[in-house]
Amino acid sequence: MLAERPQYILLPVRIGTIVISFAVALLLNFLPWKDVSLVPDFVALTLTFWCVRQPRLVGLGVGWLLGLLMDTGNGVLLGQHALAYSLLAFSAIGLSRRILWFPWTLQAMHVALLLIGAKAVEVFVRLAAGAPFPGWTLLVGPLIGALLWPAVSFLLLAPQRRPVEVDETRPI
Amino acid sequence: MEHSPPPFFRRGPAPLVRLIFFASLSIALLVLDARFKYAETLRGLFALAAYPLQQVATAPVQFAGRIAGFFAAQSSLHRENAELRAKLVESAQDAKRYEATAAELAQLRRINGAQERLGLKSTPVEVLYSGRDPFSRKLLVDKGSADGITPGQAVIDDAGVVGQVTRVHPRVSEVTLLTDKDQAIPVQVVRNGLRAVAFGSGAPGALELRFMAANAEIQNGDRLVTSGIDGTYPAGLPVATVVRIERDAVAAFARILCQPAGGDEKNRYLLALQNETKLPEYPVDAAKPESKAKGVKGKRRKDAPNA
Repeated sequence: MLAERPQYILLPVRIGTIVISFAVALLLNFLPWKDVSLVPDFVALTLTFWCVRQPRLVGLGVGWLLGLLMDTGNGVLLGQHALAYSLLAFSAIGLSRRILWFPWTLQAMHVALLLIGAKAVEVFVRLAAGAPFPGWTLLVGPLIGALLWPAVSFLLLAPQRRPVEVDETRPI
Repeated sequence: MEHSPPPFFRRGPAPLVRLIFFASLSIALLVLDARFKYAETLRGLFALAAYPLQQVATAPVQFAGRIAGFFAAQSSLHRENAELRAKLVESAQDAKRYEATAAELAQLRRINGAQERLGLKSTPVEVLYSGRDPFSRKLLVDKGSADGITPGQAVIDDAGVVGQVTRVHPRVSEVTLLTDKDQAIPVQVVRNGLRAVAFGSGAPGALELRFMAANAEIQNGDRLVTSGIDGTYPAGLPVATVVRIERDAVAAFARILCQPAGGDEKNRYLLALQNETKLPEYPVDAAKPESKAKGVKGKRRKDAPNA
């Protein structure tokens, strides 16, 4: 199965790419959406991606800071997203060694579980703080996020891809 | 002979240790925020960091709105203009009458030695976005403490009360809508002056009057306005209309559902009102010891923004 897929040697990642991708994800999350429970959490998705691809650069600390930004931006309990993103980053780093060997569909399923887990932490925190359960439509957001996984992976890897066509003047 | 591992193998603390560190940090923050409200300075710091992103995120939507407005059909503009003109004439008469009545009322109050109501200061605000939180119903608006917004201000639109400012950052502030589960507003039935407290139901477009006796004199279509006795909301603002009453012989209280008057989440522009009514000092019971009376007073003030 692996032999069928062409494997590219990727360029080393630039820190700028990571920072910009997180900024764009935060921006997407802050957009004035109509129904927030149907919209995937773009920051969680991007965090999962970088934790899987670059576990040495992006980890729990980055996730925690992003979570605090999300908490303040949305005016929810401080620490709610921070806790969820820390756990998400931890599980994503744990998965990082094997998830990339699966085909896209299986990868998306793994990601769906991760995103649902992060959402479950948020829901648990809010229920503990005394909020009513907002309904099962909450699950739609993480599932759509998982469906977006191949697209997000393609987009975020694009800056690291070498050009495919052969160039005679290039040494390698 | 000591060997240190090459830099590639140096990876800092184990992931599990990091997880425990960050998770306990988050939980500490959660407890601080939920129980003691001590985390506001940290929140202010992060709010400042998130502010440019919020601005950039809402810019395309506002830009699109402006473009759409530019291409609005001439005929619809004409029609709207005519309608507004008609409305203006109508309300001009009302305004004249209101002025006369207000003057008369002020005079009567003066005669009776009652407290004079001061005029309302108001700040127009624009909605940036609604909070990305399915548990509560909040809006973020584009004015903050730098523009004179203070926590506890009532927020209205053209039809009635929308909510209350609950948290203020330097440049943005949070408005909790009336329909939020934890939001309550003191109201009065216009028809007979019956006082009640309307609570949010957590769902859009529904308020609930709780703790009303099963035989309370209230009926479908009753209009509810703010009673103003809490000193937070100015009196007489439309709040809701009663739409359904369930009187159950078993339950002690009637279940009364209301439709909010304010355009819950439809409006882009809202008005934050500063209530300048001076309430008389909270009566201190002479029989009670001083410290206890102080405690009661302090508690009341703390609860005031949510009252």
